[in-house]
Amino acid sequence: MGYWSEMLEGGWSVVEGMRVTVRRLVQPVVTVQYPRKHLQPSPAYRGHTELKRFAETETHACIACGTCQRRCPSGVIKVQGVKSHAKSSKVATHYLIDYTRCSLCGLCVECCPTQTLKFSTQFALEGVSRWDGVIDLIERLEENKS
Amino acid sequence: MAKLNDEAVSERLYSLNLGPQHPSTHGVLRVLLKLDGEYIVEADPIIGYGHRGHEKMAESRTYEQFMPNSSRIDYLSGLIYNHGYTLAVEKLAGIEVPERAKYIRVICAELNRISSHLLWFGTYVMDLGGFTPFLYAFDDREMILDILDRVTGSRLTYSYCRFGGVNRDIDAEFVSMTRAFVKRLRSRWSDYHNLVTKNVIFINRTRNVGVIKPELARLFGVTGPNLRGSGIGFDMRKIEPYEVYDRFQFDIPTGNNGDALDRYNVRLEEMEQSCRIIEQALDQLPDGLYRNEHVPFKVKPPKGEVYFSFESARGLTAYYLVSDGSSTPYRLHVRVPSFGNLQVLTDVLTGTMVADAISILGSIDIVVPEVDR
Amino acid sequence: MWQALGNMLGADLSRLLLGLVIILAFSQLNALFLVWLERKVAGHIQLRPGPKEVGPFGLLQTIVDGIKLVGKELITPRLADRKLFVLAPVLVFMPVLVGFMVLPFSPGLIIRDMNVGLLLIFAFSTFSVLAILAGGWASNNKYALLGAIRSVAQNVAYEIPLLLSVMAVVLTVNSLRLSDIVSAQHRVWFFMLQPVAALIYLICATAETNRAPFDIPEAESELVAGFHTEYSGMRFGLFFLAEYTNMFVVCAVATALFFGGWYGPFGFQLGIPGVVWFLLKTYFLLFVIMWVRWTFPRLRFDQLMNFSWKVMIPLSLANLVVTAAVIKLI
Repeated sequence: MGYWSEMLEGGWSVVEGMRVTVRRLVQPVVTVQYPRKHLQPSPAYRGHTELKRFAETETHACIACGTCQRRCPSGVIKVQGVKSHAKSSKVATHYLIDYTRCSLCGLCVECCPTQTLKFSTQFALEGVSRWDGVIDLIERLEENKS
Repeated sequence: MAKLNDEAVSERLYSLNLGPQHPSTHGVLRVLLKLDGEYIVEADPIIGYGHRGHEKMAESRTYEQFMPNSSRIDYLSGLIYNHGYTLAVEKLAGIEVPERAKYIRVICAELNRISSHLLWFGTYVMDLGGFTPFLYAFDDREMILDILDRVTGSRLTYSYCRFGGVNRDIDAEFVSMTRAFVKRLRSRWSDYHNLVTKNVIFINRTRNVGVIKPELARLFGVTGPNLRGSGIGFDMRKIEPYEVYDRFQFDIPTGNNGDALDRYNVRLEEMEQSCRIIEQALDQLPDGLYRNEHVPFKVKPPKGEVYFSFESARGLTAYYLVSDGSSTPYRLHVRVPSFGNLQVLTDVLTGTMVADAISILGSIDIVVPEVDR
Repeated sequence: MWQALGNMLGADLSRLLLGLVIILAFSQLNALFLVWLERKVAGHIQLRPGPKEVGPFGLLQTIVDGIKLVGKELITPRLADRKLFVLAPVLVFMPVLVGFMVLPFSPGLIIRDMNVGLLLIFAFSTFSVLAILAGGWASNNKYALLGAIRSVAQNVAYEIPLLLSVMAVVLTVNSLRLSDIVSAQHRVWFFMLQPVAALIYLICATAETNRAPFDIPEAESELVAGFHTEYSGMRFGLFFLAEYTNMFVVCAVATALFFGGWYGPFGFQLGIPGVVWFLLKTYFLLFVIMWVRWTFPRLRFDQLMNFSWKVMIPLSLANLVVTAAVIKLI
């Protein structure tokens, strides 16, 4: 008797399984056809860092203190700055990140005393050599002026 | 005409390498099998192919700088590992956490647990040959990833928890999306049960396959759904509740036989219990700060050690931290559940068939990078 | 000019040659269409669209894939048995084409209406077992050999219930000629008279063509990589082509035996020619086979053999005995 009941139960489970898949067959697809339609990255998306442009000064507020450079776990940041005169604060002239080593932890954005860093939403990066992964943030800020 | 071979016929066991590159071993695990026809006589897992040196890295990084590492040890439960690490350091350094932050961390950890179990479900059935439940599970998982992406900014390696709270606050959109997700997942159970759990082919491939007896599980330190499938109801969230787990009502599902089907059922039930925890947490969510403002810039815990254990998606995970008073740990050791779960393979695989080895490996849910750290 | 050629060759031979050309063309087109259908069905079941870029609805995707396959290098392992290695794909493909000769597409559209048509199809389909074994052995690869051995065991085991279920229909009609069998269904299709035989036939047909959930010998197996591991380029393409053509032939035979061939339901043609009914039914059965493939995990090898010997064969034997008893008594 177990033989027949097992067969009937097994057969019915097969039919039920097929019912589930045929229902999905006639539903619309859930994928987004990527190059033709784009998805919006979320507002908190962590791409590589970039400098914020403040409205009052029309430029960044980086004082080249080096906190982010020391805080980064992977040693990705290199920042240099100059003082315009002896008593003023430094202004950054070079800010480079080696994006190939960045682990997107966000410690640099948090620890900045002037809150001048933010995450960008750029995710489609490409290059032909390893050095294309080095991103110059000051240059990027200048490009985004226009 | 072929020449006749003069040497005497001898029987040897057939040595087969379930190699580091394999579609079904979930990472770089190598199992050296000695076969007698179709039956496995000896099985020897060989690990070490994925060693990345996380514990050594911890010795030269400060406590905050280790946060991204903790996500990457077990990338499927990244948030849970972040959470555990933060709790370990907070315990050692005596940092207070506001209530809202505790609830947020628990909600995100449970969401991560559901996403890890969904991925396990998909890949397990795919190993057995059914390719569609994998995509259905990923479709559901996509919603979790979207929710977590909105609040943490990343889909896999979240570095969300900070000492004293979390990085960003959650908003009303997060709450509504999470509630919608829980409702949608609950409507999916009938589909999964009809397609997979009740299916005669699936039941035949998993019933009485890979039975782990409770004594064997205790001997080798098996934890998590594998242990609960063998009948022992051991879950760190109930035994030593941390954060706010003692304020929720949830059950610990257990199985009877310890075979692969029991482990499968335990994991599906656990997803449902996680949904319950999430709902209760969302109902009880208090207002307030999401981060303790008075945490020092560089956390320097006092000299001492702490062994903090918590329940990740795979079992009991623990951080053993030894601090010498400076801003970098003296020693950080991670006790990973997959290490114990993997040891059981030598006993469980002998006497089974090769085709069952894949089923057993899949049902134990090993993530090899965490074994090798 | 064609008439002169026809007169020279004789009606029989020219019909045969024309049929050969049509079969070759049809089997290629059929394989193209089936590969596209499989990918689309798989895609939509899995909530994704499948191929849609190349050509309208991705219809030209298979052609492009075929061109890619033809352009690949034909690698022969050094220690492989060269003659058998090259012969195996050809041996898999040719016998399947023979089966096309007796398929009853429509009362006038049978290339050779042999009085042992059914026997011819099944006799030639057993050749594919030999070819798979040859391919697996000649590859000089442990895993290919294991896959080939399992495939032989599976094919032999599932042929018995296949033939037994077909025998029940032959007993009902008293002839092995396929056009006779179809003509006998002009009122009621045989799957209503013999539901058990129809089900057994469909399951065994899936197992014979090595389709999921019986696809251990094929690719995507857990441990061994299947008997066509070592084949690359167009040789692999031939194995693939043979599988889809074989699927078409078994479904066409199922249509002819159980689902009424060229007749519409209850004999009402509804103005649609017979060949269109035949093709519609065959492609529907093919769709069912694909649907089953993408739904279920695969059976373990010993469970597969148990299923055949302990479930399929007793059932089909019982079916045959009951049919014989009923025919004797009526």
